[in-house]
Amino acid sequence: MSYAAHVWTHLRKDLRLEWRSKDSINGMLFFSLLVVSVFAIAFDPTAFPGISRQISGGLMTVAVLFAAMTALSQSWVRETQNGVLDAHRLAPAPLSALFVGKALANFLFVSAVEVVLAPVFAVFYNLHPLGQTWKLLVILPLGTWALVVNGTFFAALSLRTRNRETLLPLVLLPISIPALLAMIQATTAVLTGEFEPTAWLKLLLAYDVVFTMASVLLFETILNAD
Amino acid sequence: MVNDTSKATASRSGWGLLWLALTLAVLAVGFYHAMTAPTEATMGNLYRVFFYHFPHTILSFLFPYLNCGASLLYLFWRGSSRERALKADAFAVASAEVTVLYASVGLATGMLWARAAWGIWWTWDARLTTYLLLWLLYVSYLLLRSFSAAGQTAVVSAVLAIFAAIDIPICYMSIRWWRTQHPAPVFGGGADSGIDPSMYPAVLWNLVGWTMWGAFVLGLRYAIERRRQRQSAADALAYLGDPEEAR
Repeated sequence: MSYAAHVWTHLRKDLRLEWRSKDSINGMLFFSLLVVSVFAIAFDPTAFPGISRQISGGLMTVAVLFAAMTALSQSWVRETQNGVLDAHRLAPAPLSALFVGKALANFLFVSAVEVVLAPVFAVFYNLHPLGQTWKLLVILPLGTWALVVNGTFFAALSLRTRNRETLLPLVLLPISIPALLAMIQATTAVLTGEFEPTAWLKLLLAYDVVFTMASVLLFETILNAD
Repeated sequence: MVNDTSKATASRSGWGLLWLALTLAVLAVGFYHAMTAPTEATMGNLYRVFFYHFPHTILSFLFPYLNCGASLLYLFWRGSSRERALKADAFAVASAEVTVLYASVGLATGMLWARAAWGIWWTWDARLTTYLLLWLLYVSYLLLRSFSAAGQTAVVSAVLAIFAAIDIPICYMSIRWWRTQHPAPVFGGGADSGIDPSMYPAVLWNLVGWTMWGAFVLGLRYAIERRRQRQSAADALAYLGDPEEAR
């Protein structure tokens, strides 16, 4: 089997599991809706359309990030039942394919949440973007991949630690801050139309490439840590 | 055998004490120069905190790379030479803790200075933000070390150290862009954009002194961590019933 075939097998397995249980998508979706409403209560976006354009990019990124963090560690907990993870380690397949498959699956789940969340945001926050909206179709996937690739990696890293649910955000957030900053700035650029998101897109792309490589190279090490 | 080890330890602590005495002497000279340097025109005596702020911030950008190097060496030696790998791990802990220590001192002195020079404790300008992120990254490294399961602390923290070291330059660039796209902050620059030659002795003596102090703290922490590693190995062997190693 080729590397791509291994990745596809892992991805298909994760998609099938999610299709049958729908745990992570439902959880993330409801969680992010709650975040949206809590922020709306805190800031009253409809009264100030200008401020709403300024902050919505950041709020949506934060909502997606928090929602993703609730699902990421769960996606590895599935693998620990019945010693599946040890079976993966024994299997004659590249371990990084497992990581890439799972990261792709998580990416699809988080993107699905964003597809639902973006219109909700536009309605609840009275958003009329002043920039070119189609650029969001590039910004959001790149930013989501940046969050998900590191998130999946660090969720695997903190899998066998004490209180892993606490540890994951503590480790993930400092590392992800450049990606978060770039995603928020690029989204704000599109919403307000005040500046061009191009530089931030380049930064996101560079971040994605660098950290995808680092994660794929080091995944085998952390899975064989003990 | 036992005699040799204790003799080696004694001579090492002798060198350590000598190094400490030398460090304190250099720091005393640095203090003298810092206090006798000519008073600055606009800020008066308040600017003297700069002589302590500068070495700490410069050095706290050096220690993370020692940490990253030690972590890479740990991963490299992990399969082949256990003893060397343990040494590299002890060095990684020590350098991460010294990073957090120096960055904390740098942040604290920087805030004191900012309050005196700008009238505010903190502003989200490029350098301050990058520096805070550096501090956050290495605090999260220490947290990971304390949370992780005993057998895999070294590996997971080595991996995180590599990620953190990759992240620092990206952070630095991204935050510079962030701050140049927005209107320039009111409080720009800093006194280190060109200093008067009369300040050189104070800056240099303090830089040397605090480098020596950092090396001392790092060495001490390294020795403590090595002792802890030996003790836990001996405990494990004693548990397995080897009375020779249990001492």
